[in-house]
Amino acid sequence: MLEAVEGSAAIAKAVALCRPQVISAYPITPQTHIVENLASLVADGQLRAEMVSVESEFSAASVVLGAAASGSRAYTASSAQGILLMTEVLYNIAGLRIPLVLTCANRAISAPVSAWNDQQDSMSVRDAGWIQLYCASNQEAVDTTIQAFRIAERTELPVMVCVDGYILTHTLEPIDIPAQGQVDAFLPPYRFSRALDPVRPISIGNLVTPEYYAEARYAHHHALLRAKDEIEAADRDWAKISGRRSGGLLSVEGRDDARIGILTIGSVIGTLADAREEYPDRPAKLLKLRSMRPFPVDAIRQACRGLSDLIVLERALSMGSGGIIGTEVRGALFGEPNPPRVHNFAAGLGGRDMPLEIYPRLLKAAEAPTPTRFEIMDVEMEKLPETER
Amino acid sequence: MAADEKKSLFELRRTQPAFRGLEAGHLACQGCGQALGARLVTEAAGPDVIVANATGCLEVFTTAWPRTAWRVPWMHSLFENAPAIASGIEAGLKAQGRLAKVVAMGGDGGTFDIGLQALSGMLERNHNVLYVCFDNEAYMNTGIQRSSSTPHAAATTTSPSGTERMGKRHLKKDLLSIIAAHHIPYAATATVAYPSDLRKKVRRGLEIEGAAFLLVHSPCPLGWGHDGALTIEVARLAVETGVFPVLEMERGDVVAVMQIRKVRPVSDYLKLQARFSHLFKESPEARVELEHLQALADHHIEVYGLRGTSPDPRDSEGADTVRRGGLRWA
Repeated sequence: MLEAVEGSAAIAKAVALCRPQVISAYPITPQTHIVENLASLVADGQLRAEMVSVESEFSAASVVLGAAASGSRAYTASSAQGILLMTEVLYNIAGLRIPLVLTCANRAISAPVSAWNDQQDSMSVRDAGWIQLYCASNQEAVDTTIQAFRIAERTELPVMVCVDGYILTHTLEPIDIPAQGQVDAFLPPYRFSRALDPVRPISIGNLVTPEYYAEARYAHHHALLRAKDEIEAADRDWAKISGRRSGGLLSVEGRDDARIGILTIGSVIGTLADAREEYPDRPAKLLKLRSMRPFPVDAIRQACRGLSDLIVLERALSMGSGGIIGTEVRGALFGEPNPPRVHNFAAGLGGRDMPLEIYPRLLKAAEAPTPTRFEIMDVEMEKLPETER
Repeated sequence: MAADEKKSLFELRRTQPAFRGLEAGHLACQGCGQALGARLVTEAAGPDVIVANATGCLEVFTTAWPRTAWRVPWMHSLFENAPAIASGIEAGLKAQGRLAKVVAMGGDGGTFDIGLQALSGMLERNHNVLYVCFDNEAYMNTGIQRSSSTPHAAATTTSPSGTERMGKRHLKKDLLSIIAAHHIPYAATATVAYPSDLRKKVRRGLEIEGAAFLLVHSPCPLGWGHDGALTIEVARLAVETGVFPVLEMERGDVVAVMQIRKVRPVSDYLKLQARFSHLFKESPEARVELEHLQALADHHIEVYGLRGTSPDPRDSEGADTVRRGGLRWA
């Protein structure tokens, strides 16, 4: 049944439906409402979980790591500086191949300090060895959170569910919160094969010499690549119960004869879909990238066949290089026969608004004789000193 | 079989191998105080424990893949988060209704310095965890660099002695006072020179519901510059000179101390160690630093009331089971 719920409250309810046994977090805007809601559910007895309110994000990530290694289903959430502070632990969780779920309420990175949305935080840890799924709506955030626990536990990899701060976390939407029975039918209790147990003592986190390190990295990399199947399967199986799909690895939507595509990630897909209705004479295919890690190379190649131009729009960048997703998409298309021209833009940085008019402007930019390698949109040069223009 | 039946229960018990959570065959240096300390802690804790180990010598010398010296479940994550990992394990066990004890272990670098915040958080939240710090007073794993636990005037590779310096310029951090300020149920200090005392404190720390902290003075022959055969002797002298006070605290108050039967001059402790050798060269600076170190030990003796008034079975002579009982107790 649809309820009008704030995104954060909906995510908290979804987490609670997954019956986490340990939750640990440190407050940071815009993640706070998620953990506040969870704390209330625990305080009211609606959720039986150990809620560990720690002294830093570093400890939050460490507590859920220890809890998951002990055999408990564990959850945390953070944003921006919090993600950066826990980065060392994020790499460690993934390298130890410990399943747990983290919600990243996406926010820009300091300096300059900004409390507003972009995706530089989660993009900065894209190489940590986590599965990263991005949500386009709060309904997707709910469904993806539930799927994330199953994906994590079946692959023994941690999953980061990325939701745009404020745009999703602080927005009230009609959302279908699943029933407990639906989630229980989808997500069996957590059984961790390598749980710390005095009856079967094992050592976790050993020192590894050069004789073994490359093998460990190979195994981790391939575990992530194999996770594609579990991500697709979780989306399919949850659709059988809920009637909704969240888009697997990558979903494509639009007319078959469309020659221009826009590939993007996160909530801006909704803006572009609305804009396309406003500009019916300019139909573009919309490619919604849901899984940033593992990166769906084959799905991107498939989706780009027949396109003359692909616009990649993203909310983060690699300083001194350019677009992150744009670069990876170009890499994925390399060697394809007749690949589309790729135009790469970053927009919406630090909470800059992305209005409907971005759609015609992107399509216009794609008409340029030479494709834009990378550009940050909407930069107002008069605000900069001359030496920085 | 027939011969065994004639043995008394006492004799039979003596033939039983003690449970060793940390097996022999690891890669520690000869005479490593931390290896001995960790073995004593795991023997006292028994098999029903889970260990969270901070990065450091102990992790490195016990777990080079594909081998491990641990017979208890053991987890190493990072340098600065062992208390938070232990907190998570404890919360996870609680959520599952399981009853294993949780022991966190770290060196002084992981405890006094980089892990202090996580430790403070664990103590403040009063997790049912025994945190054991093996204090060898410098970063030994990386090659003997000074930590905030390095004693004043000790030479390390980053606080060397030279024409302008007499080793470390700053004081050893008073971690005990920081621990005391958390008012946790139980905190204690122990040393590898007094294994029975150490074991008793491990058991006490594990029995108590809530956070417990144990600081174990652990000589490092490599970093301190003494013969590996002298580890126990050096550790004992640290107690007998007042350099390392052995005590117990409840809710932050000192409730028991190991009294020193015969107080020895600090120079007896220092002169066995190369890290203090610059203090025994003829110079006014060296004499001043020796006086400083004696004054610091005297201060410990005063504030903790360490000077024994009459011989006692629990004082620095009475409790010395290594000297009196031999291997059975070591």
